[in-house]
Amino acid sequence: MTTLTTLLPAALDASGTTTTGEAILFWVLAPIMVVGALGLLFARKAVHAALGVIVVMISLAFMYVAQDAVFLGIVQVVVYTGAIMMLFLFVLMLVGVDSSDSLTETLAGQRVVGIVAGLGLAVVLAGVIGRATYGAPVGLQDANAETNPVGLAKIVFGQHAFALEIVGALLVTAALGALVLTHRERLTPKRDQRQRADARVAALADGVVLTPLPAPGVYARHNAMDVPALGPDGRPLEASVPRVIRVRGQEADAREYAARIDRVLAGGWAADSEPPPQASEPLSGDEPATAALDAATSQTGQNGPAAAPDQSTEADR
Amino acid sequence: MSVTNYVVLAALLFSIGASAVLLRRNAIIVFMGVELMLNATNLALVTFARIHGNLVGQVLAFFVMVVAAAEVVVGLAIIVSIYRTRRSASVDDANLLKDVREPA
Repeated sequence: MTTLTTLLPAALDASGTTTTGEAILFWVLAPIMVVGALGLLFARKAVHAALGVIVVMISLAFMYVAQDAVFLGIVQVVVYTGAIMMLFLFVLMLVGVDSSDSLTETLAGQRVVGIVAGLGLAVVLAGVIGRATYGAPVGLQDANAETNPVGLAKIVFGQHAFALEIVGALLVTAALGALVLTHRERLTPKRDQRQRADARVAALADGVVLTPLPAPGVYARHNAMDVPALGPDGRPLEASVPRVIRVRGQEADAREYAARIDRVLAGGWAADSEPPPQASEPLSGDEPATAALDAATSQTGQNGPAAAPDQSTEADR
Repeated sequence: MSVTNYVVLAALLFSIGASAVLLRRNAIIVFMGVELMLNATNLALVTFARIHGNLVGQVLAFFVMVVAAAEVVVGLAIIVSIYRTRRSASVDDANLLKDVREPA
């Protein structure tokens, strides 16, 4: 803090004007602040307006420090820029960034009246400020003799202790009020895990699969996501391929794998080169031929194509 | 440079904030206009504290900041709850108190 105050000497000379360094700071920051504030008026997106206001608030913190209000400068950064504007940005994300202004006027002539009122307010304020007489600026050297936070603390906890208590109560009330306002009443009874499990078991009668769906891929030959798993009867399981791949049409042809199984079942395992007549047939055979399949696999000593057990959940499908 | 330049800047920022409240329809931008007005007032308070040479102005600005923080919390909660029920953050759409009957 001492480096800040030495970097920005806030001393006023005898005639009440500021130092050159402070003047340069002011004339650099003031246009930036006005442009940032105008973003509030002209920015089409609310996020851009919020960023403009953040620029204004950080620049204000610089000005506070330059004006011997070091404590307020820090509080400005912490409270306004750090908390309030971040809260604004969070709410903007919650409400939807693209919720832009409607340009239709619901009140006739509201825009004209608003512009006139804004300009009028500026003129009135400028008139008051221009015509008022100020005493010679005293500066805060004496008031800040024991550093700025100590001077502030003596006033806050000395003269305004009761106001500080009330402000504390206000903050607690505001936090509670925000909780109450954003509280959502539960309209449906809460379903716990037990009830959900019971409902799932009860749905078995409707043909709902209780277990997780089989994983895709024929192990020992393929483990790609687009290859359907084979059931114990050698039939490809359509449900094993993820739904996204099925919807996109990227699923591998199930008949190709079924045809190979059919070849095996027909005893044509060795004659892999010539296509058997079943290869072009659509998937129609639905009788379980597990015994024949087992015989074929034990003969060749290979692992038969098996449906892959999986640990994945239904949400993956 | 005279210290009163800060007061002029504060007046300018206050006017811009007031115009934003009057002209914009997005409730969040309107709310930021209110914040800008509070900040402009704080700048004026700090400047006057410096002109008068005592720290009461800064204490007032401090209290303004605290109250603004509380106000923002409640105001944004209101905006969020209105948005939840009406799916809009526009101040024009919050017309529940409006009498929509045709004039007899």
